[in-house]
Amino acid sequence: MGSEMASDWIRIIVGLIIVLAFSQVNALFLVWLERKVAGHIQLRYGPMEVGPHGILQTIADGIKLVGKELITPLAADWKLFIIAPVLVFMPVLVAFIVLPFGENLIIRDMNLGVLLIFGFSTLSVLAILAGGWAANNKYALLGAIRSVAQNVAYEIPLLLAVLSVVLMTQSLRFSEIVGAQSRVWFIFLQPVAGLIYLICATAETNRAPFDIPEAESELIAGFHTEYSGMRFGLFFLAEYTNMFIVSAVAAALFFGGWHGPFGLSLGIPGVVWFLAKVYVLLFVIMWVRWTFPRVRFDQLMNFSWKVMLPLSLLNLIVTAAVLKFI
Amino acid sequence: MSYWKEIFEGGWSLVEGMRVTVRRLVQPVVTVQYPRKQLTLSPAFRGHIEFKVFPEIGTHRCIACGTCQRTCPSGVIKVQGIKDHARAPKVATHYMIDFTRCSLCGLCVECCPTQTLKYSTEYQLEEESRWDGVYDLMARLEERQT
Repeated sequence: MGSEMASDWIRIIVGLIIVLAFSQVNALFLVWLERKVAGHIQLRYGPMEVGPHGILQTIADGIKLVGKELITPLAADWKLFIIAPVLVFMPVLVAFIVLPFGENLIIRDMNLGVLLIFGFSTLSVLAILAGGWAANNKYALLGAIRSVAQNVAYEIPLLLAVLSVVLMTQSLRFSEIVGAQSRVWFIFLQPVAGLIYLICATAETNRAPFDIPEAESELIAGFHTEYSGMRFGLFFLAEYTNMFIVSAVAAALFFGGWHGPFGLSLGIPGVVWFLAKVYVLLFVIMWVRWTFPRVRFDQLMNFSWKVMLPLSLLNLIVTAAVLKFI
Repeated sequence: MSYWKEIFEGGWSLVEGMRVTVRRLVQPVVTVQYPRKQLTLSPAFRGHIEFKVFPEIGTHRCIACGTCQRTCPSGVIKVQGIKDHARAPKVATHYMIDFTRCSLCGLCVECCPTQTLKYSTEYQLEEESRWDGVYDLMARLEERQT
């Protein structure tokens, strides 16, 4: 009994360390990749000095952020102010538990895996609101309010698109959904849902062109105006890890997860296929960021309620009709 | 009906935009990583002015007329010359330009009657004090000729 509990605890701690390490290394790599992609799209190099081709640049940035003074504004609600970055980062870590990295590489293959991810991602929206409010800064508050409105508006078409896939597989369990794509990936069966998912996912993670809440030239810096040092670093980290999570969910739900094309694995392990797909999707998200101008806030909300929502509802109805009658 | 048309046309314009950026992604970068690599300057580059050496006489043709000194809108040129004897051509003895205030307008090069002034291609001009920015063109000519 005692040794069972001990081995359980050891498994939990080791798993936690692995997840934390993976998310940190991933964020490190993604920040570097973003800067390089941005640079080359703009016909310049990006970071080149620190390390070969600037690979160690993010570490240098991290060290800089750690060394900065943690300023708390005088009239700010300091309890909320300090807890908000942590609250933004934690739900994102929880989502790692159910991601299907490979056939036997899911930490916990819960039968409500999909629901867990979207439930916890909504928690981080609350933390953004807390951070913006607690800063006692009208720009931060406006940025936080806009972020919450945007997240809530784009959550609905996102979930409807996911629901279309779930209707097809009749299961919320990731291993079953990925398993059902061994012949044909769902992106070919549900292209509209896939597109809606990708658009709503970029809006959910506050990425351009939907990054009004945190844009550098709008509202000073949006909801993280008053944050300095590692607190700001945590918001940043949470955003990149969130990007990874939504890309991983897209890869699992629409792009076949750990399967190769047409079900052939070509001798490459499933993990490698999965990670390759995730990073290609992440590259596409970055490519979109550096191509399009920022969407105005009313245009953003119009797009969600008047275009995304009807399209995703239509897609759901068509999926249901096809499943019923064919 | 125009609702769908708008969606399709808008969507297609997004795809075209992404095509533009991906082509930029694979194009070679236009940055030159100075100082590890240097650019070759075009002949039209305007550095500070210097004396042109004429191959026929092997030196400059400045006659210290002072046209450049009078024409310069910033007033940074100072020319002094002597005449050997009466009716002899004037020869320049001193030619100083305060390059810290030169605006590279090129009026001095244009108005020189003997075409003795030209632009140099020097851009790596670091000095330790402001007064080192006053260039003695005759000394520079001697340095170049040795």
